[in-house]
Amino acid sequence: MNDVLTVRGLSVTVRETALVSDVDLTVGAGERVGLIGESGSGKSLTALSILGLLPEDVRAGGSVRLDGVDHELVGADERRMSRVRGRDIAMVFQEPMTALNPTMRIGDQIAETMLVHKTLSKPAARTAAADLLERVQLPAETLRAYPHQLSGGQRQRVVLALALANDPALLICDEPTTALDVTVQALVLDLIVRGVVDRSSALLFITHDLAVVATVCERVLVMYGGRVVEAGPVNEVFTRPRHRYTEGLLAASDLETTSRRLTTIPGNVPPAGRFPSGCVFRTRCAHATALCEETPAWSGSEAEGFACHHPAAQGSLEGVADA
Amino acid sequence: MILRLIERTGVFLVSLAVSSVLVFAFMAVLPGDPARVALGVNASDEAVAELRRQFGLDRPLPTQYFDWLGGLLHGDLGTSYVSKVAIGPQVFDRLQVTLWLVVAGMVIALVVAVPAGTVMAARHRKISGLALSAFSQVGVAVPAFLAGILLIVVFAVRLGWLPANGWTPPAQDPAMFLKQLILPALSLGLVQGAVLTRYVRSAVLEVLREDYLRTARAKGLRPFQALWRHGLRNAAVPVLTVLGLQLATLLIGAVVVERVFVIPGLGSLLLDGVSNRDLLLVQDVVMVLVIAVLLVNFIVDLLYVALDPRLRTAS
Repeated sequence: MNDVLTVRGLSVTVRETALVSDVDLTVGAGERVGLIGESGSGKSLTALSILGLLPEDVRAGGSVRLDGVDHELVGADERRMSRVRGRDIAMVFQEPMTALNPTMRIGDQIAETMLVHKTLSKPAARTAAADLLERVQLPAETLRAYPHQLSGGQRQRVVLALALANDPALLICDEPTTALDVTVQALVLDLIVRGVVDRSSALLFITHDLAVVATVCERVLVMYGGRVVEAGPVNEVFTRPRHRYTEGLLAASDLETTSRRLTTIPGNVPPAGRFPSGCVFRTRCAHATALCEETPAWSGSEAEGFACHHPAAQGSLEGVADA
Repeated sequence: MILRLIERTGVFLVSLAVSSVLVFAFMAVLPGDPARVALGVNASDEAVAELRRQFGLDRPLPTQYFDWLGGLLHGDLGTSYVSKVAIGPQVFDRLQVTLWLVVAGMVIALVVAVPAGTVMAARHRKISGLALSAFSQVGVAVPAFLAGILLIVVFAVRLGWLPANGWTPPAQDPAMFLKQLILPALSLGLVQGAVLTRYVRSAVLEVLREDYLRTARAKGLRPFQALWRHGLRNAAVPVLTVLGLQLATLLIGAVVVERVFVIPGLGSLLLDGVSNRDLLLVQDVVMVLVIAVLLVNFIVDLLYVALDPRLRTAS
């Protein structure tokens, strides 16, 4: 199995402030990888730098390679990146209400994805748009509708349809269900998984919702303070976390706990650029010692490992509630 | 959609009716008797009363109003109290001249503002964008008549490329018509263009921040393509509002610019009417200007509906 996406030493900076540092990330063909973390952990910036759509004056460094694209994606010029976007990598954004052009019919917006890359002729793109809508379970009349005539869930399905239009090798979803009603979340997640499985596309799924990662992804990366702190298969990381942050995150979202009070991680996520040196989590970690002032090295393989000086014992969740 | 059109048409007709009452009432309360003005201070009261009867000024105001309005609806603007000439044909001739001027000015304003505003927005952090901003700032500060005088000094007096004033109907001599149109149209259009540029800039800046533009980029559109296909139509909505208001300003600007360039337009007719105390003429010209402004706003309303599908349901 060859890797679709290979990210090495990715960093994102705004002026002198580092927002994302040293991120390594690999997504295999057809693999579904989750990227989790609190807001401000650098998940979305990581996604946007893969796509080359960072805001002005935010810069990416390091290396991003995509299978089948013969050039480096970090720092590639607009001309080359625009050929990759929407054809090899597609993205579904968080906010479906504003992601579509309010003055253009849905059918035209979907067809444009194919027309801009000349993957299909105009009449064929129309037919394909109808077919794509059917696959996300929207009626054919939707082609002639405008975005304001659709609900949030329907719009997100349209965004998904246009992202999948060119059968991309990699689909990136950035919190695709966060803005949706709980009742339609399951449907949209199901359509995303089915969409990538049907095309054997790889999926990079960004969320802060652990339950969603557990249903959608096979492997997960945990981000905190712009760094990947732990990685591994979903059931491994979620049942036997090694990094103390992952441990806290799981305890905080454990709904089956018998304890009456809600478990939280003490303190707040520091503002961007104010993370401590060494281990980024040490200011909020109950296990931190003087040793944590040094950046912890990565233990284990790239696919499965963690960066912590005082990892949780293998196979235990004890002591979490007191942390 | 249909409901929305009926609603806008209703608003247009009601504002026409209300403004006709206002224009009439305003003229009616002005001091000074047109008959006395026409005959001079030495005329006998009998002669004045006789003339008032001829003009129909002795009738009750509502009757006078409906008489005037009925005439307007049939295209009959009445007869001047001063020159005793029918007003309708005069206004019609002059209106054509002013329309040429206003339309040419608007076209120049758009041709300047849309590209300049877009470039300013797209490069708002770069030198070229800032330079354009500064240039448009200067344009905003210059009134149209001053721009006209400056243009005459440079292009007519110094360089002698274009005539300083005058007017030739396009049917009579198209080349001369264009030559004489350029300077007055420029002095109207450049100033309005500078103002409009700033609105285009902020509308485009607004649109550049929209999520759907990022979606368009994620599809594989280049920045300029994304802006062109997805941004301009959305940015057009707020710009259109300003454009509608500007057309009204442009009509007023034309009144002054016609004086500077000695053009026989509606503006000079209005000013002549005022200085001759030709009240009915003034009333008619003002009403025609009001109708023009309301008509522009009505068209702007219809264009909103055409541009933005969200507005197609009645409010």
